[in-house]
This record gives sequence, C-alpha cells and structure tokens, in this order.
Amino acid sequence: MFAYIVRRILATIPVMGVVALFVFSLLYFSPGDPAAIIAGDLATVDDIEKIRQQLGLNEPFLVRFSTWLFAILQGDFGNSIFSALPVSTLIGQRLEATISLSLTTIVLSVSVAIPLGVLAAARAGGWLDRLVMMFAVLGFSVPVFVLGYVLIFLFSLELDWLPVQGFVSIREGFWPFLRQLILPSLALGTIYIALIARMTRAAMLDVLSQDYIRTANAKGLGTEKVLLRHALKNAAVPIVTVVGIGVALLIGGVVVTESVFAIPGLGRMTVDAILRRDYPIIQGVILMFSFVYVLINLLVDLSYSLFDPRIRY
Amino acid sequence: MKKTFHRLAAATALAAFAAGFGLAGDASAQQKVLRFIPHSNLPAIDPVATTGYVVRNHGYLVYDTLFATDANFKIQPQMVDKWSTSPDGLRWEFTLRSGMKFHDGTPVRGADAAASIRRWSARDSFGQTLAAAVAGYDVVNELTFAIRLTKPFPLMIDALGKLSSQVPFIMPERIANTDPATPIQDATGSGPFRFVRDQWVPGQKAVYEKFADYKPRSEPPSWAAGGKVVKVDRVEWRIIPDGAVAAAALTQGEVDWLEQPLFDLMPQLARNRDISLEQIDPMGSVAMLRFNHLHPPFNDAKVRQAVQMAVNQSDYLQAIAGSKEYYKECKSVFPCGTPLSSDVGAAALAGNLDRAKAILKESSYKNEKVIIISPTDIPTNHVQSLVTEDLLKRLGMNVELVATDWGSVLARRASRNPAEQGGWSIFHTWWVGPDLVNPALHAPLRGHGAAAWPGWPTDPTAESLRDRWLAAATAAEQTAIARQIQENAVKEVPYVTTGQFQQPTAFRKNVTGIVISPVPFFWNVDKR
Repeated sequence: MFAYIVRRILATIPVMGVVALFVFSLLYFSPGDPAAIIAGDLATVDDIEKIRQQLGLNEPFLVRFSTWLFAILQGDFGNSIFSALPVSTLIGQRLEATISLSLTTIVLSVSVAIPLGVLAAARAGGWLDRLVMMFAVLGFSVPVFVLGYVLIFLFSLELDWLPVQGFVSIREGFWPFLRQLILPSLALGTIYIALIARMTRAAMLDVLSQDYIRTANAKGLGTEKVLLRHALKNAAVPIVTVVGIGVALLIGGVVVTESVFAIPGLGRMTVDAILRRDYPIIQGVILMFSFVYVLINLLVDLSYSLFDPRIRY
Repeated sequence: MKKTFHRLAAATALAAFAAGFGLAGDASAQQKVLRFIPHSNLPAIDPVATTGYVVRNHGYLVYDTLFATDANFKIQPQMVDKWSTSPDGLRWEFTLRSGMKFHDGTPVRGADAAASIRRWSARDSFGQTLAAAVAGYDVVNELTFAIRLTKPFPLMIDALGKLSSQVPFIMPERIANTDPATPIQDATGSGPFRFVRDQWVPGQKAVYEKFADYKPRSEPPSWAAGGKVVKVDRVEWRIIPDGAVAAAALTQGEVDWLEQPLFDLMPQLARNRDISLEQIDPMGSVAMLRFNHLHPPFNDAKVRQAVQMAVNQSDYLQAIAGSKEYYKECKSVFPCGTPLSSDVGAAALAGNLDRAKAILKESSYKNEKVIIISPTDIPTNHVQSLVTEDLLKRLGMNVELVATDWGSVLARRASRNPAEQGGWSIFHTWWVGPDLVNPALHAPLRGHGAAAWPGWPTDPTAESLRDRWLAAATAAEQTAIARQIQENAVKEVPYVTTGQFQQPTAFRKNVTGIVISPVPFFWNVDKR
C-alpha cells in the first residue's frame, strides 16, 4: 500500500509538469494583455508598451516559461501583476472560503443524496422513487446561478431568514459561518445531490438483484440491515467514484456560486484573474487545482479497498 | 460556595456558547463603519499608473490634492495655502498649508508635492501638456516649491486641480520617485482616510480607516474642494460583482451604499422605503463610438460623417439606461450642461438614415469589412455595439461584431493593423463628464496621430485649436475657440457621441451627507 501511494505521488510530478506547460502556453497564446488592462481605457499605445516592458511581457516564450518554472520549483508562485501581492498570499486569503463551501456542499450532498438513492432503490417504481428521479432531473436541469437567485429571493428577500451574500470565517463563530454557507451550499449542492442520488439508486438496484441479497432476505434479516449492511456497502465503490468525480467537478461549480453569492474564494479570484489576464494568479490556481484533482483521485482509489476487501494495492 | 461555582460554570458555558455562535460583542461593531459597493473591483492601488475610475476613487480617499475643482467648475486651493506666478508667467511658486502629515507620520513637504507632480505629469494627458512646458522643479523651503516653465502655461491651476482621471494626487517623495509606468504598492498618502493594506483582499474588499491627523479645510465641501471632514471611523468597500445580488444586499441592509445600481433594478429600489435613489452626479457620463482612422473605411472622413448622420442617440440611450429619466440627447463634444457645451453642428447628428446613405454613396466606401470590437462584460459598451451593428447593416455596410471580454478588447484595440489582420474598425466606450469638460482634458478630440488615444486621428486643425485654447487669456476667448473645436469635430468626426446618461446611486436612508459630485467622495458622509 505504502509503495503504491509513493508511486502515485511520484506519478503526479510529470502530470504537474505537463499541466504547467499547457497552462502557460494557453495563456501565452490567448488574446488579451495585462499591460493594456493596467493602463486602462484612456491609455495610449505608448503607455501600454511602457508597462509591457516593465512587466517583462515582451520577453520570448522560453525565457518567460523557464523563469516561471524555476520560481515554481523554488516554491515561488510569483506576484499578482495588478496588486503585486504574492500569489501564495492571495490563495491563502481565499482558501478557507472555497474549502468551507466545498466541504459543506459535499457533506450536504452526500448526507441527502445517499439516503434518497437508497430509499428510491428500495421502493423502485413507487411514488418515492419517481419523486427522487424527478428531483434528480430538475437538479440536473436548473443552472446553479438560477437556483442561487431563486434561493436569495425566497430565503433572503422574502423570508429574511438568511443573508444574501458574503462569507464569515469560522473563527467568528460557527453559526455566523454556517448561516452564510447555507444558501450557496444548497445552490451548489443540488446538482450533486441529483448526481449522487441517481448513481446510488442505480448501484443499489444492481446489488439488490444479487443472489446474496435474496439469501439475506430469506434468512429473515430486517430491511434496514439488508439495505445498509449488505447492499449499500457493496454498492459503495461506484458511489465513491461518483462522489470523487463530484468533488473534482465542484471546483467548476464553485466559480459560479462564489460569483453569485459574492464569496471571496478561489473560484471568484480565478474568474477575476482571467478577465484581467493576471497570469501568475491563473497559473498558480490552476496548478493547485490540478494537484487537488490528482490527490482526490488517489484518495478515491485508496478508499476502494475499504469497501471491497478484494481490492489490494 | 457550590451554588456560586454552578453559576460561574453556567456563565462560562453561556459565554462560550455565545462566542461559538458569534453572539459576543465585537469591538469593531462599536465603530461607525460605512459599507460601500464600488462599481468594480479595486485591482490596483496606483492612481497614476492606471486610469480606472475605481482607482481614482480610491485615490481620493487616501490622497489629497494641491488644488481641487468645486461644483461651479472653479479651481480652489486644497493643500496649497498660497501661490504666485512671476510677471512673465515662467515661474509658479506654491506654499503648502502647515501641519499636514502623511499617514506614516512624516510631514508633507514641498519636495513631496514637486515629486508627485513630476510623476503624474508623465502619465496624464493634461499633465503631459504641462510637462512639455516645464523647465524644472525647485524646492524653495520645507513647505514651498516652484515650477519653472519654458513658456507660459496659463492653465497651471486647472491642471493641478483636475477632478477626474488621472488626478495629481500628492504622495511622499520616496514613493513619487517610482517610475511612472511602474505601479506603486505603498498607498501612504495624506488624505482623510488611511488605506489598510493588510486587509485588502482584491476582488473582495478594501478597507479605509479615518486618518486622525488629517487637517480639513474650514470651507464647506463642494465636489473635491472644501473641508473633507470625516464622520465615520471606517469605510469598507465590498466587491459584489453581480448587480442583482448587490441590490439585494442593499435591500437587506448588508451594505449601506451601492455606487451604481443596475438600471433594470431602479424601479424596485425606488419602491423600497429604506433606500434613497439619488442622482448625485450632475454631469453624467458620455457614451461614444470611436473609429479607427488608420485604415479603410474610416480613414475617409465622408464615411465617418455618414455614420455620424445615421446615429440616433435615443436608440443608444434606451439600450444603455432604459428610462428617459436617466438620459438626455447631447450633440455637443463637451458634456451638455457644462460651460463649453454648444449646439454647433448638431444637424450633422440628425439620425437620418436616408441622408446617411447618400453621404456614404459619395464616399470611398467599397464594402470593406467593418469590425466592431465589443466587451460583453461591460454592458454599457456592449449594448452600444449591438445598436451600431444593426445601424451599420441598415446603412448598407459590411459589418462583423466581435463579442469578447474587456481584457481582449483593450489588447486588440492597441493593434494598429488593418481590421482583418487582428485590428479593428470601431469600439464603444463612455467617459465621465469631468474628463471631457474642456479641450485640455478631452482625449478623444486630440488629433496627434500615433500618440493619440486609440483610433489615432491625425488632425492638425484640432491640435492647433487646442493649443490656441490652452493659450487663451479670457473665458470669452476660450468659449469662442471651443465652438470652433466643435465645428471642426463635426467635420472631421474623430468619434460620434451616442448620448449622455446619468447613473443614480442608491443608499440606505440612515446614510446622510453624501457630497453631490461626479465622483463618490466619503468625507462628510455620516451613518446614523
């Protein structure tokens, strides 16, 4: 197991290298110029050129790439072109909000979706099953931002129960922290609830048709035991895979949700950086996200052995 | 004893619970905090190296100016106590008010002012005009500095007191000595608020605290002039990019002041009894269509005149602002309602498509492709582009709309290549009124070719009229030249004005004392 983990971690190095080259090339060749944005609407071409020289944006591709890569290898992600703040500081400022939103969303999604999926499978073809499937279709169909606005209208403007926007650190108290995250997590979590519930239902239906379930039922085991101990555990591998994929996909959803609810997280920072062509931030964040993807995949793979003793590393 | 212990334990548990759930009192909650949503993120903090209005607004919080424009367009002393000019007009001497301090506690000196003006004049277009006449700067004593000139510059005070971007803010000499193209990172100023840099989270918030050592003037506030008396302890800029969410946050009292609510949401905000929706900018903003003068078809004045004749301002203004309450047609190159505005040549913007087609027929237009570059993330510019696309098609032109983001528009706009080789033909933008109020400030009217604002018109007449205006001795002479400038602009068409609109601001009714001005100022503002 340990050797497997080391091998997988070592395998991330070339992956990160390819990501670094790809991201840098993409930004280098994409249209847009941070110097023009710094100089602003009123600037002349000469003003822009002076700023471009100051920022070293006129340097050839290889010079810029090698300078950046060398700095990255030393743990230096560089500074924002606009605010001049270190990218690592900017990421640090935003990490808590994004992690908090992601975690609450995942906790909410898993704790709602798995019971729903299990119940739908147990009552396959019944009204509950149809209701869950209808919810799943809705969850997939409604975009996060539409749902966000609807939730704000309903729970903030009409009922005055929850705040419209913003983020409060957990250091300022658990309830203020949670209060800010309820609506964003609901908006973001709906699609994952739909995804995980459907996958849980499908995996459970597959397992529930197996002989050993029939045996368990024949032995007189209670429904709860059959569903949770025998069926769910054996259906867990595809469910965990989907949850893992969901966590990875969450990063994309976080971008929209953070913008709608004005949450100062990494997603919003990335969008702002892309719009301003703040290359060091975009590169730093994408590298970090790539690493997180790799890490999540590794954790998902490792978790398989917990649910299925036949899987050994 | 046992009872007391139980009480103590209960109190401790209650306190811990309250703290855990955020119910405990917070010291900062006792402060008077004004929470403000600016029109955009504050990405940088150098008001000289960058031209964004949001950075200018940040500058007014943090820095002070030597002179300032008041509500009557008069320039008033601000940091300056007294000033004089030599009989030949070649030396100006300025003495600062005594006792002024920077946020780091050091005194404001003449040397700081001289270095700041030198840096600003390298970047700003009015400043560059001044710089062309400057022979040097002398520091006379601790509070006094002088500007030596090679030729008289009667508009010295107007330049040093200009209201909008880029404003000649005064910084400590050590910061002002930074290369003008290199954005500064130290926001130490001597203005009424201190920038709390370690609480700045770009894209989320910017924090300003009252500067206790600031010495306001005794006059009442009037635009950027007069006494800058601070009545709140702290100003927090909250960045909320989504206009609907920003309006909802204001409605719920999560913020106090929304600088630029969406026009679509005005009726909803106006109905709210806790919110004031007010027009605090008397001048408004001017929307425009800019041509690329370097390449066909708009290197031909006739083609530009044809588009000018076709433009119907109300189409554009409805697209931008919706309700007539927030816009007016204005066919003057200087914003309507300002001293130099006039209706000279207004007939050339008649919105007459048939006459426009006739003018186009007389021109050299050979169905060349017209590329309009449009930023979808700046609605004011994008909706104008959509109107122009439709208009030019109806005029019989071959049009392509390139819809992209503002960053890409700015980059492509800098290209001098022909439209089909990565260049462009038309873009739209808007300027705040104070930036267009006279020929010294008015960049789109300039005709100095490659050095001009993108579009690069070469128009020696425009340049010579501008020089004459700068040298004019009287207001009457200036007005007469301004009319000639407008006459020339109608003929040469460096751009087409697509109208003037006014953006109201929205704030909670417990906020009082907002200064009526084209720039959102934070002094005199109180919160009950």
